[in-house]
Amino acid sequence: MSIRWLALLPALGVFVGVIFANRVTPYVLGMPFLWFYVLLCVLVTSAVMAIIYALDPENKRS
Amino acid sequence: MHISALIIIFATILIALLLGIMAQRHRKMDMEQWTVAGRGFGILFVFLLLAGEIYTTFTFLGGSGWAYGVGGPTVYILAYGAMAYALSYFILPRIWRYGKEHKLISQPDYFEQVFHSKALSMLVALVGVVAIIPYLQSQFTGLGLIVQVASYGEISHVWAMVIGMVVIAIYVTISGVRGSAWTAVLKDITILLVVLIIGIALPMHVGGLSAMFHKINQLHPGFLTLGGHGMGLPWFISTVLLTSLGFYMWPHSFGAVYTAKNERVFRRNATFLPLYQLILLFVFFAGFAAILITPGLKNTNLALMVAVEKVFPAWFVGVVGGAGILTAIVPGSLMLMTAGTLLAENIYRPLTGATSRQVQLVARIMVWAVAAITLYFSINSNATIVTLLLMGYNFVTQFFPAVLLSLFTPRGVTKAGAASGIIAGVALVVYFNLTSTSILWGVNTGFLALLLNIVVVLLVSSLSRNTSVSDVKGVQV
Repeated sequence: MSIRWLALLPALGVFVGVIFANRVTPYVLGMPFLWFYVLLCVLVTSAVMAIIYALDPENKRS
Repeated sequence: MHISALIIIFATILIALLLGIMAQRHRKMDMEQWTVAGRGFGILFVFLLLAGEIYTTFTFLGGSGWAYGVGGPTVYILAYGAMAYALSYFILPRIWRYGKEHKLISQPDYFEQVFHSKALSMLVALVGVVAIIPYLQSQFTGLGLIVQVASYGEISHVWAMVIGMVVIAIYVTISGVRGSAWTAVLKDITILLVVLIIGIALPMHVGGLSAMFHKINQLHPGFLTLGGHGMGLPWFISTVLLTSLGFYMWPHSFGAVYTAKNERVFRRNATFLPLYQLILLFVFFAGFAAILITPGLKNTNLALMVAVEKVFPAWFVGVVGGAGILTAIVPGSLMLMTAGTLLAENIYRPLTGATSRQVQLVARIMVWAVAAITLYFSINSNATIVTLLLMGYNFVTQFFPAVLLSLFTPRGVTKAGAASGIIAGVALVVYFNLTSTSILWGVNTGFLALLLNIVVVLLVSSLSRNTSVSDVKGVQV
C-alpha cells in the first residue's frame, strides 16, 4: 500500500474530527478548543506531508 | 495631521513600482516570459507564488475582519489552506508535467489541449475572468481602506482605490510575473514582521490571549465556535471542501504552477506551506483583540486598521498600511495580469486570429479594462472581503471535477461532459448569486453547485463516451 494514503489522516481530522471539536472549553494554549484543534490539524498535515515526501519513491528518481 | 503614515505608505508604493520595473530589464518580454517567466522559477519563488492567499488582503484585512465580525467560522481559513496544500502534492506535479510537455501557459490552454476544443477553452477563460473580478475587488477594497485609514481620512476611500488600481495596472503592464515574484519577497518579509507584532501586541493590550478569549466568550457566548450566522458544522465542512478543491483552480494559481523548474518543487512545498500559513493565527488574534479595543464598527473590514490606529503611534500605522498595501498589490497584479492574458490569448486570439504582437498589446489593454470594471464594482459595494473571495470560489471550483478526472482517468471524462458540468455548476452559482443565497440547508451553496457539476460531468461523459472517445486523448502521464 502506498505511503500516500497517509494523507487521509489530516483530512479525516478536518472533515470528521471537527464534529467532536466544535467547543470552547477546554482552553488550550489560551485558545478556545476548536481553534487549538484546527491548529493541531495543520501541524499534523505538515508532518504527514513531510513523511510522505521522505518515503515516496517518486521523489527518489532524478 | 499624521503625515508620517502617509509618507511611509507612498514610499512603499514607489519601492514596489521600482522593483517591478527593475525586474524586467534586459529581458525580451514575449508571452512566455511575461506570464510564466520562461519556466525558470525555483523552490523559493514558486513557494511564494503558490502561497497565494496566505498573505493577501483577504487574510490580512478580510481574515481579521471576519474574526471581528463573525468569530468562530473564521477558523475555516486555517483548515482549507492545509487541505489545499496536502492536495497539491498529488495534483500539481501532474498539471505541471502536462503543461511542460505541451508548452502551455494558461488554464484554458490545458482544457484546449486535453479536450481539443477551442470553445471549451474560451468558456473556461470567461468563467476564470468572472471569478477573478470579485477576488480582485477584495484587493482593491483593502487597498482603499488602508490608504483611507492611514491618511486619517485625508484621502477618501474612492480616491484611495483609484490610486491603488492605477499602481497595480502600471505595475502589471510593465513587468508581468517577474515583478510579482520580487515584490512577493518584499511583501512576505514585511507582512511576516507586522503580523507577528500586532498579533502579539494587540491581545497583550487587552490582557493576553487567554484573558481575551475568556472575555469575548463571556460577552458573546457561542461566538468563538461554529454555529453563528447560519455557519455551523455543515457549512464548515462544505466550505473547506469547496475552497480547498478550488484553491489551485484559480486561473492565476493554475498558471503559477507553470513557472516551476521541476515537479519536485511542489511536493517539497506541501510540507512547508501549511506551517507557513500558521502565521494567520496572529492575524485572527488581532481581529479578536479588536472586538475589545474598538467594538461596534459597522465596516468589519476596518477592524484591524482601526485597532492598530488606537494602540500604536502614527508611524507604525504607516508601516502596517505599507505592508497591507503590498498584500494587495502583489496578488492583485498577478490576478490582473492573468485576467488580461485570458481575455487576449484565450478569447481574442481564437476569435480574430491575431498575431502574437497584437495579442500582447491587447493583453495590456485588457489589464486596464478589467481594472476599471473591478474599480467600478468596488466603489459600489460594501461586501466583506471574505464574502467576495467565497463568491469567486463558487465559480472556480467548478473546474475541479473536469481537471481531476482528466488528470487521473482520462477516459472517464469527455469534452461534452466537461463542458456541461462546468456550465451546469456555473449556472447554479449565478442563480444563487442573483438570489443572494450563500447558504442553503446549512451548506455553502457553491458546494451544492459543485455536487450538481460532478453528477452532470459523470452522466454526460458516460452518455457521450461512444460518440466522442476518439477526440479525448487525455493526459497520458
